[in-house]
Amino acid sequence: MSKVTTMRDAIADLVRDGDCVAIEGFTHLICFAAGHEIIRQRKRGLTLCRLTPDLIYDQMIAAGCARKLVFSYLGNPGVGSLHAVRRAVEKGVPAPLELEEYSHFGMVGRLVAGAARLPFYPVRTFTGSDLPAVNRRIKQVEDPYGGEPVHVVPPLNPDLTVIHVQRADRDGNAQVWGLPGMQAEAAFAAARVIVVAEEIVDEGVIRADPNRTVIPGLIVDAVVPESYGAHPSYAQGYYDRDTEAYLAWDSISRDQAALGAWLDEWVYGLSGRAEYVEKMGPSVWQRLEPGEAWSGQVNYGLYR
Amino acid sequence: MKDYTASEMMIAASARELADVRVVFVGIGLPNVACNLAQRTVAPHLELVYEAGVYGARPGRLPLSIGDPCLVTGATSVVPMPHLFQYYLQAGRIDVGFLGVAQIDRYGNLNTTVIGPYQQPKVRLPGSGGGCDIALLARRVLVITRLSRRTFVEQLDFVTSPGHLTGGDARGRLGDYGQGPTVLITDMGIFRFDAETREMTLTSLHPECTVAGVQEQVGWELRVAEELATTGPPTAEELRIMREELDPGGRHRK
Repeated sequence: MSKVTTMRDAIADLVRDGDCVAIEGFTHLICFAAGHEIIRQRKRGLTLCRLTPDLIYDQMIAAGCARKLVFSYLGNPGVGSLHAVRRAVEKGVPAPLELEEYSHFGMVGRLVAGAARLPFYPVRTFTGSDLPAVNRRIKQVEDPYGGEPVHVVPPLNPDLTVIHVQRADRDGNAQVWGLPGMQAEAAFAAARVIVVAEEIVDEGVIRADPNRTVIPGLIVDAVVPESYGAHPSYAQGYYDRDTEAYLAWDSISRDQAALGAWLDEWVYGLSGRAEYVEKMGPSVWQRLEPGEAWSGQVNYGLYR
Repeated sequence: MKDYTASEMMIAASARELADVRVVFVGIGLPNVACNLAQRTVAPHLELVYEAGVYGARPGRLPLSIGDPCLVTGATSVVPMPHLFQYYLQAGRIDVGFLGVAQIDRYGNLNTTVIGPYQQPKVRLPGSGGGCDIALLARRVLVITRLSRRTFVEQLDFVTSPGHLTGGDARGRLGDYGQGPTVLITDMGIFRFDAETREMTLTSLHPECTVAGVQEQVGWELRVAEELATTGPPTAEELRIMREELDPGGRHRK
């Protein structure tokens, strides 16, 4: 069954105001195209979850989409602050933002518990840290087998998870290589799932390499083909992380007006990712094109 | 006249601390440069582990982030994050966690969360990331940061990642975790944590630096080792690798 649709329709159908939304992908495969469409459709009151909110949530929070942020690392990786998030937290601009924070391991535990439908998850971290004091959802339990007490975190079950992948078939069977991050856990934990793919491939391509499949179509509601949909994040083997864009965001985002102008030009002023790709221009895509490093082939064997 | 910067001295001294280390968990920023320098100099067999899910990275360029595609290509293993945090870090496979920090106290407790009160912060910092997890679960921890009164404070605004807590055996009483911080490398000298009190103690000064100069940047009365060493300046090869291969733009070396 084909679930292929457009980003506009997928977001309109599957994102509701007030939803808990995870656009996952750890540095790799962050679906900016989906985030921008949510901004364009002016969704409101969202609880946004990600280990690393990254530029995508900085943009969505600046645009007023979010009420709450659940996270573990609130920076522009390797660059510095997320200035829009900081404005929301420090000054309430454009609106106050509720924070619920963990360490990475804490968020990992939450999504694993969510995916496995467990009531909580033990993680041997947080001891001696002030984090449990400011986040009462981090608790400690006795070890029923007599060991040391252990911290536990609650499951995280988003209403919607968006994952970006290199390739998927029309049913949403999705394959990733490079950093798998928390994409599979975030998708299995969610009530609804959008898969956004650099390429739509035949089912045979998926079946020829089943070890690379991170989630099955079984849990997918919509499949959106979107080339360069993760930029300025990246897709391993397709295009590089746009370091220049991550560095440039530091100055754009320091000023709410400059950030607003950027959103007007690159989000509200465009109909979708295809126009973004065209507007960005071929020199950017050439700059981000990686060299080649092919994997070897393995023999799965033919058994009859 | 020195022909290198204080940051270059700090990065070179940090890399040398990894000479006998097998597996290092690499933090973002300065630790990333130091670990990559170590792999190209004193520790060619160093396994670089990145929280994004990489074991045994051999990056062909210095990654800006810790989830860069260059960490994947040529790596020994690329794994989902639950594997990395549980089977590698929590299971005790990491010899050294290498962290940077915004605020540190005399016992090596680290703050990367807020300056000011948590609910109404003056500055909202990035938070833990993997920092708290690494600080507890790596067998020991190295810290790299520049000296300044803003960073070296008597009292942290928030303990993100526990070091030796209140000193003495306080950390040991937490339970079965790693040793915590053992070495702190700065732009003026190297500190080690006293075996009894667990207080950071200046054990080596970088060339042309003074104890008084270090004390000026630290918000409490500094402990200084009886025998104070002088750190060897960066070698020509260390400088060449930093300047030509790892950080040609000078982001971290300035």
